[in-house]
Amino acid sequence: MAIQSQGFGQSTHAEKRSWFRRNRDLSKFVLAKLGGGVLTLLFVVIFNFFLFRMMPGDPVGLYNRGRNQDPVQLAKLRAALNRPIWDQFVTYMRNPFAETIDSTRFSRPVWGLIGDRLWPTVLLVGTAIVLASIIGVWIGIRAGWTPGGRFDRISTGFTLILYSMPEFWLGLVLLIVFAVGAFGIPGLFPTGGMISPGLSGGSLRGVLDTGWHLALPCLTLTLVYLAEYSLIMRASVVDELGQDYLTTARAKGLLDSDVRRRHAVPNALLPTMTLIFMNLGFVVGGAITVETVYSWPGLGLLSYDAIKGPDIPLLQAAFLLFSFAVIIANVTADLLYAYLDPRVRP
Amino acid sequence: MSLLEIQDLQVTYRGTQGDVPAVRGVDLVVEAGQTLGIAGESGCGKSTLATAVLRLLPRSATVTGQIRLEDQDILAMTWGQVRAVRWAKAAIVFQGAMHGLNPVRRVGEQIGEPIRIHENVESREVSSRVNGLLEQVGLPAARARAYPHQLSGGQRQRVMIAMALACRPQLIIADEPTTALDVMVQAQVLKVLKDLINETGVGLIFISHDLSVLAETCDRVAVMYAGRMVETGPSQTIFTDPLHPYSAALAGAFPRIGDPAFRYAPAGLPGDPPFPGDLPSGCTFHPRCARAIDVCQTSDVELVPLGLGRMAACLRVSEGVL
Ligand SMILES: Nc1ncnc2c1ncn2[C@@H]1O[C@H](COP(=O)(O)OP(=O)(O)O)[C@@H](O)[C@H]1O
Ligand SMILES: [Mg+2]
Repeated sequence: MAIQSQGFGQSTHAEKRSWFRRNRDLSKFVLAKLGGGVLTLLFVVIFNFFLFRMMPGDPVGLYNRGRNQDPVQLAKLRAALNRPIWDQFVTYMRNPFAETIDSTRFSRPVWGLIGDRLWPTVLLVGTAIVLASIIGVWIGIRAGWTPGGRFDRISTGFTLILYSMPEFWLGLVLLIVFAVGAFGIPGLFPTGGMISPGLSGGSLRGVLDTGWHLALPCLTLTLVYLAEYSLIMRASVVDELGQDYLTTARAKGLLDSDVRRRHAVPNALLPTMTLIFMNLGFVVGGAITVETVYSWPGLGLLSYDAIKGPDIPLLQAAFLLFSFAVIIANVTADLLYAYLDPRVRP
Repeated sequence: MSLLEIQDLQVTYRGTQGDVPAVRGVDLVVEAGQTLGIAGESGCGKSTLATAVLRLLPRSATVTGQIRLEDQDILAMTWGQVRAVRWAKAAIVFQGAMHGLNPVRRVGEQIGEPIRIHENVESREVSSRVNGLLEQVGLPAARARAYPHQLSGGQRQRVMIAMALACRPQLIIADEPTTALDVMVQAQVLKVLKDLINETGVGLIFISHDLSVLAETCDRVAVMYAGRMVETGPSQTIFTDPLHPYSAALAGAFPRIGDPAFRYAPAGLPGDPPFPGDLPSGCTFHPRCARAIDVCQTSDVELVPLGLGRMAACLRVSEGVL
């Protein structure tokens, strides 16, 4: 008989039917996850409205504090806030992202303000997460594969120290040593900001200059995330070590490195991948402390300034954005887990 | 030349709590196409013996003695040579059927993996061979696309058997392949295994604590206790007419339904097998042995040939013969 099969097996009629059934289960699963996400979003939107209206203080008074605001603006603000609460709620629910009240600190529409700060944060936190996940996972795999070995002892000691260090403190230390200059090291990096005055981000010099400004805050965040990722990855790899399927793989004649790469890592990667994807939600939130230490003009620094006010309209918008980002990242992590782990897949 | 020859194999696990001599001087021979059963309670060193053959023991284990597979000295090989022998010459069906397969890889991929490693063949050929192997163990070829968790325990064990056959090895070591399965499925898997042995003429070491299963499946049986062989011989005679008191207890531990002799002579064995790190003196079986006499506590015992291809390590038995 000629071998006509390409790939494993041919689908019989029954197999095809079960394929359809599986796909129906799959769409059900995806819809359930998405539905859960949407419900959470809705809750957050509603909660966000009431949270900021329950806070004490007079927003108009804050708005006017220490400055002479345009009386027309003030009247408009007062009128907006004096409308009945249900009336305000209906307007808000129609479009939670509408520009209604300006930021009291910056006297600018809040979403425009957030839009300006989004890119620096994505640049900083995004770069750090990508670097940290690559390096952290690599360290975790190597350390976990031979626990108690030299690499493990050194790297685990190092990552544990990093992990237990407050990130703003690490930021300050790096800032003092490498930006201000200490222990005979001259200040190599700028102490803050994202670009030197007079340069535009569009030019090559501007890009290089931004990279130079990015180095220290990004290093700080990378070290912080890396510590977490590598410790979790290491623990997952150690968990797999005694598993029977690894002995099977060795018995088949695989190289030790292939046993690790083809069998242990795909299993151990599951928890770490979930964590990384959940952290992606915080990309948008920025890293409040690190951005503040390095005066990095991102959403973290913006939130810090808004809290100091407090700048309630800005905070309300920022909370909404952060919640959305975290919820979307969570749903993505759930779906990704199901994609990576056949046991979770319907 | 025998397929597998083991001489004076000793395996000791070194640990912080002291050394554990799990295998203490085992000799055995498997001829090509022959099936050898190894019986014994849990903890007597069966799995250690099995994994030593392919040098799969953890680093904490020291191995001495000789293991010759097709006249090649396994213990003298470099790791590269060992890897070339693994699965191509001898494959193992592991005890943990439930966990022996990688949960995130399709079973077809896992069956095909050793073929891809050891033979230089196209992926089309690999998948058609995988399909053939699955059919050989009575599974539809389409199951190649399944993940382990989508299969039942019996199906998974068949996948393990198919995987063991992938590179057409000379020797298969099946370490309690049916232990975790319920009786019906156990019988099915056993039948698959027996048929394949008959068809392919592969040599088999079948490890089990169930002497009746071994009697049914194997040509010869070796009974192991506390890291040593205490009796070897043709499988039927060991089961129906055991010489060593321990074999007798094992044979009686699985009563045959409908056989009145077993009903009136319940052969429950008192106590637990000794921990290899703390073995009794003399014959290691004497604390549990109903026939033990004073010399058994002090005098070491060795396997003594007793005719008809049988050997036993028991003073009471050899004294009766001598
Ligand atoms: N990796 C190990 N380290 C230390 N002791 C072990 C190890 N594996 C097995 N042992 C000990 O060796 C003895 C024999 O174990 P094993 O070969 O698994 O027996 P069996 O397969 O007959 O149940 C047991 O006492 C067990 O506790
Ligand atoms: Mg065992």
